[in-house]
Amino acid sequence: MTITEKILARGAGLAEVKSGQLIEVQIDMALGNDITAPLAIDIVRSAGIKSVFDREKVALVPDHFVPNKDIKAATQVKILRDFAKEFGIVNYFELGEMGVEHALLPEKGLVLPGDIVIGADSHTCTYGALGAFATGVGSTDLAAAMITGKVWLKVPESMKFIFYGNRSPFVCGKDLILYTIGQIGVDGALYRAMEFTGEAIDNLPMADRFTMANMAIEAGGKNGIIAPDKATEAYVRGRSQRKHRFYASDKDATYVETIEYDVSKIEPQVAFPHLPSNTRGISVVGDVSIDQAVIGSCTNGRLEDLEIAAHVLRGRKVAPHVRLIVIPATPWIYRQAMHQGLFDIFLEAGGIISPPTCGPCLGGHMGILAKGERAIATTNRNFVGRMGHPESEVYLANPAVTAASAVLGRIGGPEELGIIPKD
Amino acid sequence: MKLTGKVWKFGDNIDTDVIIPARHLTTFDPKELARHCMEDADPSFAQKVKTGDIIVAGRNFGCGSSREHAPIALKGCGLSCVVARSFARIFFRNAFNMGLLIFECPEVVDAAEEGDTLEIDVASGKISIAGKGLSFAAQPIPPFMQELLRDGGLIPHIMKKVKTA
Ligand code: SF4
Repeated sequence: MTITEKILARGAGLAEVKSGQLIEVQIDMALGNDITAPLAIDIVRSAGIKSVFDREKVALVPDHFVPNKDIKAATQVKILRDFAKEFGIVNYFELGEMGVEHALLPEKGLVLPGDIVIGADSHTCTYGALGAFATGVGSTDLAAAMITGKVWLKVPESMKFIFYGNRSPFVCGKDLILYTIGQIGVDGALYRAMEFTGEAIDNLPMADRFTMANMAIEAGGKNGIIAPDKATEAYVRGRSQRKHRFYASDKDATYVETIEYDVSKIEPQVAFPHLPSNTRGISVVGDVSIDQAVIGSCTNGRLEDLEIAAHVLRGRKVAPHVRLIVIPATPWIYRQAMHQGLFDIFLEAGGIISPPTCGPCLGGHMGILAKGERAIATTNRNFVGRMGHPESEVYLANPAVTAASAVLGRIGGPEELGIIPKD
Repeated sequence: MKLTGKVWKFGDNIDTDVIIPARHLTTFDPKELARHCMEDADPSFAQKVKTGDIIVAGRNFGCGSSREHAPIALKGCGLSCVVARSFARIFFRNAFNMGLLIFECPEVVDAAEEGDTLEIDVASGKISIAGKGLSFAAQPIPPFMQELLRDGGLIPHIMKKVKTA
C-alpha cells in the first residue's frame, strides 16, 4: 500500500484498502473558517444537534476576513465565536491567537503525522507535508464530520513524483510545486493523491514541504503527501502530547503514474495569469511591471519565507510605484520576525506589515487591486479577480522572487540585484 | 425524473472565484449569492439565466476553493444541472451534498451549443439535445451518491443513521 492508503486503512479500521474503494473513516481533526464554518454551523444547529463528536477535534479559525473587515464579516465571525462558546469547542482561535489556518494548525501541534484531517478549505491538503492524510471538503461535509466524527471518502489513486538532484540558488518548495503544476496542468492530478519523494524532498526543509503539499489542490489533487522523516520528527517534537504515527509506502505499492524531475534543471518559477499552471522560468518572464507585491498566505507566510524575503530586501528600497505588503501567517511568526529585526528591514524598504490574515490572497481586504493593476504574490491562486478587480492580474512566485520584484518594480529574480543566497 | 433546460456554455477550468467571487462570501444567503453568480465571466449572467437552465462546461469545472457558496449560487440562480467534461473533486462532493445535479459527459460538451435545449433523464444519465436528434450516455451516478440523493443530501442521510443507531 501507499502511505495514503495505509493512513486511510487505519482510519477505516481495515487491514487494507484499494484505490476506488468507498470507505468511511474516523477523523482526527475537522477544520472550518469564517467563510465555510457559518454554513456548517447553521446545518448543525438546524439538525437540532447539541454537541460535537469531540470538542478537542474541531478547529475553528476565523482568518479570511479578520480583523473583521465589515459588518457582514463581523457577523460571520460572531457565528463561530458563539458556537465555540456554546458547544465548548477547545480550538477556537480569537484575534490575537488567530493565524492563517494552515500555518496555525501544524504550529500548534493540532495536526500530526498519520492523522486524518478534513477541512472546509481547499488548502487543507497542506498537512500532507507532515505525513498526514488531509483533504478539503465543503461545509456540509464539515457539518457531518462535526456531528459524527466520520467522513466518506473514495480511496484515491496515487501518483508518485520523484525529485532528484540539487536545487539551484533561490529555488525552493514553491518552485518545485509550481513547476510540477506547470507540467501536469491544473487537473493533472484530479481526484488523486500526489506523493512527493526523492532526495530533493529529503533535503527540503519543513517550511518548503508545507508549501508543496499546500498546492496539491492546484493540480486537482485530493491530497499531497510526504513520508515523515527526521525533519518531520524534529518539527513535531514538543508541539503535542498526542502520539503521532509514521507511515511509509511499501516498495510494491501501486501508482497510476510515476514522474521524475531533475530539480537541478528547475529555475525559480512564475505562474502567469490566470492559472497556477501558466508557469515560466524566471529567465524568460520578460518585462512585466508590477504595482503590488504580497508576501504571506498559507503557502508562503512562514518565518522561513519572511527570512528569505528580508535577506533580499536588506538595505534596499522597493521601487517608487510598488506597494509591498508583508503578512506573517501567525502571531508566533509575527513576533519572531519582529524579534529577529525583519520588520525593520521591511519597513526601511518601504513595505508595510499586516496582522496575520488571509487578506489580499483571496481579494478579501488589506491590499485589493484596481482595474488593470498587477501583483506578484507568494500566494497560491491567480484566478481572474482573485486579488480584486476582474481585470487585475496576479503572478505567483516564491518569496525571494517576490521581494526582488518589489525592488525592481517588475518581475525579476534576486540574482538581478546581485544577491547571493544566505548560507 | 426528467429535466429540460436551455444551455449556457462555458470553457475549461471554471473556478469557484468565477462562479462566486470571494468578495461576496460574507454571506451564505442563496438569493444574494445568486445575484453575483458568474459575474466575473459574464456580468449579466444572473439576470439572463432562467429557472431550469443548464450549464455545459469543459474540464475541471469548479476548481479552486472548497466554498459551498458555489453550488448554492448556481442553484440559487435556478440552474437545474451542470454537465461538464470533468469536475474538480471538492465541487463534485459539494454538489451532491447540496443536491445540485451534475453529470460528466464529454460528448454533450462537444455537441451542445449555447441556446440548445437539453433533455436529461436523471436516473439513466441519458442526455439528448432537442431538435438535433442527438443523445448521449453520461457517467452514471455512483450508487453511494444515489443513496445520498435519495435521502435528500448528506445531512438527512447521516441524521437517518444517527437516529437508527
Ligand atoms: S491564505 Fe489564501 S489560500 Fe490560504 S487559506 Fe487563506 S485565502 Fe485560502
